[in-house]
Amino acid sequence: MVRTVMSASDNPFYTAVAMILGMDQGLIAIVTLSLKVSLIAVLIASLLALPLGAALALWRFPGRNTLIVLLNALMGLPPVVAGLCVYLLLSRAGPLGQFGLLFTPTAMVIAQVILVFPIIAALTRQQVEALHNEYAEQLRSLGLNQLRMMPTLLWDARFGLLTVILAGFGRASAEVGAVMIVGGNIDGVTRVMTTSIVLETSKGNLPLALGLGIVLLSLVTVINALAHMVSETAKRRLG
Amino acid sequence: MNASFFPPPILPSISPPLVATVPTLHFGQASFDHRGHRLLAPTTLTLSGCQRTLIMGPNGAGKSLLMRLAHGLLTPSSGYVSWQEKTPTQAMVFQRPVLLRRSAINNLTYALAVSGVPRRQRKDMALEALEKFGLVALAKRPARVLSGGEQQRLALARAWLLNPAVLFLDEPTSALDPAAIKAVEDAVNEFHRNGTRIIMTTHDLHQARRLADEVVFMYGGQVLEHTPAHRFFETPASTQAGAFLRGELVG
Repeated sequence: MVRTVMSASDNPFYTAVAMILGMDQGLIAIVTLSLKVSLIAVLIASLLALPLGAALALWRFPGRNTLIVLLNALMGLPPVVAGLCVYLLLSRAGPLGQFGLLFTPTAMVIAQVILVFPIIAALTRQQVEALHNEYAEQLRSLGLNQLRMMPTLLWDARFGLLTVILAGFGRASAEVGAVMIVGGNIDGVTRVMTTSIVLETSKGNLPLALGLGIVLLSLVTVINALAHMVSETAKRRLG
Repeated sequence: MNASFFPPPILPSISPPLVATVPTLHFGQASFDHRGHRLLAPTTLTLSGCQRTLIMGPNGAGKSLLMRLAHGLLTPSSGYVSWQEKTPTQAMVFQRPVLLRRSAINNLTYALAVSGVPRRQRKDMALEALEKFGLVALAKRPARVLSGGEQQRLALARAWLLNPAVLFLDEPTSALDPAAIKAVEDAVNEFHRNGTRIIMTTHDLHQARRLADEVVFMYGGQVLEHTPAHRFFETPASTQAGAFLRGELVG
């Protein structure tokens, strides 16, 4: 991909700027795939983890504390371990081997969902539980049961939950271990920002690796800035 | 600002129907324990009629607890709390109003949605209630940036829309300035005129004198008196109530 730029300079910042300005096709493909995989993973994880986190905040049942501790612990799940598990599931001999998903972007999404899900679920549980402490009496006075409280609490916790989802996105876009194992870093198919950085580093092309790092960091910053702006504007309007 | 609050005529779609008979609430040897502490001694109490009942007593007497048991937010550790016939529609206004992180009007339409009012009617009903409580100009404002008095009026407007046969109020004016207190008391009387039974806690003697038809006096987790208001204020039966009325009782 970025071979044209490689020789341009030993300065990583110059390299990064040159890559962005040059609209290198290879770079664009890598950036697009990175964003696509991480955003889809965060979307799927959110759809699953927001209701689960809210449910954990609202219902009391045997084993609840164990589940909370487990989720909290899984927030620190090493990406390579998640990648390995998905690899075993999807490999030819694995239980889901027949679908031929290994070394595809779908496999990378699955691995990242596993990484992001515990973060969003555990932090949602905390946010919703705090809000529930404040709202519980009023909502019960209005005649709501736990199931009907869920959408209300999720909506009213929306600003905090946006930060939670961003934390999940940060995890997804920054990790390399899982996508490396299940994606395989195949050029043009499953190569993303982080795996490119690993590859360029191992090749000794440090300016390019650093340049890619700067591009990745800039992208994540832009996405976080947008989310922050949306949240602050809405907060000012809605109190 | 108070003069504009309750202009006749009352709009028919949101005024509670005149309730001929409000169901009677029974406490039968109801007690409440929390973590090994007895917060309410076994209490037998009958609250009947469409009255304004003021639950009085110093801090920590168990007023709020009694009210939460009555409203069903808590269940007694022993004994029972039950309505004689079917459970009436109820609403509660809290000391610190709990408002959702939405605009004032959306707080009202939310309550209507929850109680099953069809979507197309909600906005008009909410606007009528805002008008009634002098909040129309603030309809679009975030509920949680309103002043304390405005928030409490919004909470009352929400309760109004629920059309309750029984309205519970837990120290609704304790954090408000005199004008806002007057607005809340006017609203309480407006509810009562429309046939809503009032059950309210306060430790403000003057407020109790202004509002009460009957008084439940509590001290140390016990109901010591349940008497018509005039008798309570003139000749309290218990020494604690006497001391409370003279301002000598510390909770």
